[in-house]
Amino acid sequence: MSKIFHATAGMGRKLQGQALVAKDGFSARYDLDRIKGTFSRPEHKLAGESYVGRVLVLDAAKGGVATAWMLYEMQSRGVMPAALVLNAVNPIMAQGAALADFTMISGFDCDITQAIPNGAQVEIDPSAERPFIRVL
Amino acid sequence: MRLNDEEQAMRAGDFGPVAQWAIEHQIKVGSYLGAEDFVPVTQAHIMADTESLGAAGVEWLERWAKLPEKQRRVRIPTITDPRGTDFAAAHKLKHQPWMLDLERRAIAAFEALGVLMTDTCINYQTIMAPVLREHCAFGDTGVTIYGNSVCGARSNFEGGPSALSAGLTGRTPRYGYHLDRHRRATLVVQVSWTPRELNDWGALGGIVGRLAGDYWQVPVVVGLDRVPGPDEMKHFGAAAASYGSLAMFHMAGITPEAQRLGDVVDTGADLRTHDVGEADVRAFQASYVRQIDTVDLVVFSAPQLSLIEMRQVADLLDGRRATIPTLVITSPQVKPDADRMGITKRIEGAGGTVLSGMCFYQSYAREMAEANGWKRLATNSAKLTNILGGYGYKPALLSMEACITAACAGGKLA
Repeated sequence: MSKIFHATAGMGRKLQGQALVAKDGFSARYDLDRIKGTFSRPEHKLAGESYVGRVLVLDAAKGGVATAWMLYEMQSRGVMPAALVLNAVNPIMAQGAALADFTMISGFDCDITQAIPNGAQVEIDPSAERPFIRVL
Repeated sequence: MRLNDEEQAMRAGDFGPVAQWAIEHQIKVGSYLGAEDFVPVTQAHIMADTESLGAAGVEWLERWAKLPEKQRRVRIPTITDPRGTDFAAAHKLKHQPWMLDLERRAIAAFEALGVLMTDTCINYQTIMAPVLREHCAFGDTGVTIYGNSVCGARSNFEGGPSALSAGLTGRTPRYGYHLDRHRRATLVVQVSWTPRELNDWGALGGIVGRLAGDYWQVPVVVGLDRVPGPDEMKHFGAAAASYGSLAMFHMAGITPEAQRLGDVVDTGADLRTHDVGEADVRAFQASYVRQIDTVDLVVFSAPQLSLIEMRQVADLLDGRRATIPTLVITSPQVKPDADRMGITKRIEGAGGTVLSGMCFYQSYAREMAEANGWKRLATNSAKLTNILGGYGYKPALLSMEACITAACAGGKLA
């Protein structure tokens, strides 16, 4: 049976998807070309990669407040990750996920970017009594 | 979360559908972040440029704006961050009609909700600075970190939907920086050199932000040999918030909650400590400027310029002429003073462009780059330097004087 990694908090829906993993941060304004659906900041470890439909497994929420609106706008166009899994969240991510009805879990007792292999098929359940991610 | 009678009534819809949505949104966010109850707030500040909102966000606002007046008004003073354009100068930036239309629709919706369109990220310098222990809902990272750290107010980062919610309900979930326990220092930054120029303060802020790492870290800076002024604090804080997603810092002996180091560091605490000197600041700045030797434009923005900064730009331009686009961006509150005192005329007479009520990175930066052929940019804002890479720019972080020198040398960097 695959190992389960429990999070301290979660919101959104249970889903499965392919993980896109990096030990780097996340900010919709700073890091993304939201029209193309790619990471655009040259220094980002996922620069040039498409995030559309992927389960993003990253280190920490970064940057400013714009993500709180941008997740909703991205959702409206369907150019959106499937879910976000973070070691450390900031309030903006929680606020943006709440408005966009987006799946997110955060807070682990390990470095989740080291625990989940890049490209792995994963399942996330944010509504479980203890929210979790596991490799299928 | 525990709800009092009024909060339960809001949740039940007794105050109308937008207040009902707002408190549900706040309960969702507060539950995620561990809030046990709400705290009343006295002012809210909303970041809502239309590049962030998009058409979907504007339509969402417009739905609430159509409610009967009694059901849709904010309950506390609620103001706005910069907009996505300066209507008076949009043609110079090559902003497109669809952008201006979206901006007008967003403004109309916010006004219908009772929001004051202040369009500024320096409200702590121009509108209503918060006071010690005042609970607020600030929706700009630079405003939040300045309010928490320099003023001793209490706010988390409140993104647009949450700041609007706070305006509508008059409260916010009590977590993070509303609680004493989250305001203690979590790391020490020992500096051996005190910055001089604004871009030095921004670079130091950027370094501290990177060292700290995430929103829940609170650095205390030790070793500064003088008290920074408001514009210096502004650049330091904005950069720390940008590079580290930080909402609070202390400066030992300077900021109000850290008059002594022991005020914010528990006795016997073994906090991680970092040493930062002038060489680190210079290396931070050099990491950007070594990418380019010529720039296409100069931008002073992020945060908007105070009246004092406006005059500094005008003084540096006296007797010279900018030969590449030189954008000097301030708030709608500072601009009339700059006009009245002849500062705007001096800047524009020397080839600069004064813009008001917007901020460069919140104003369709990618589209402006494509429409104007802008790629390489000089600025004295570390925050702007950090943001613009993702929009396809190559930024150089220079002093205000070096930016003006480049502007007057056809963009050639010294």
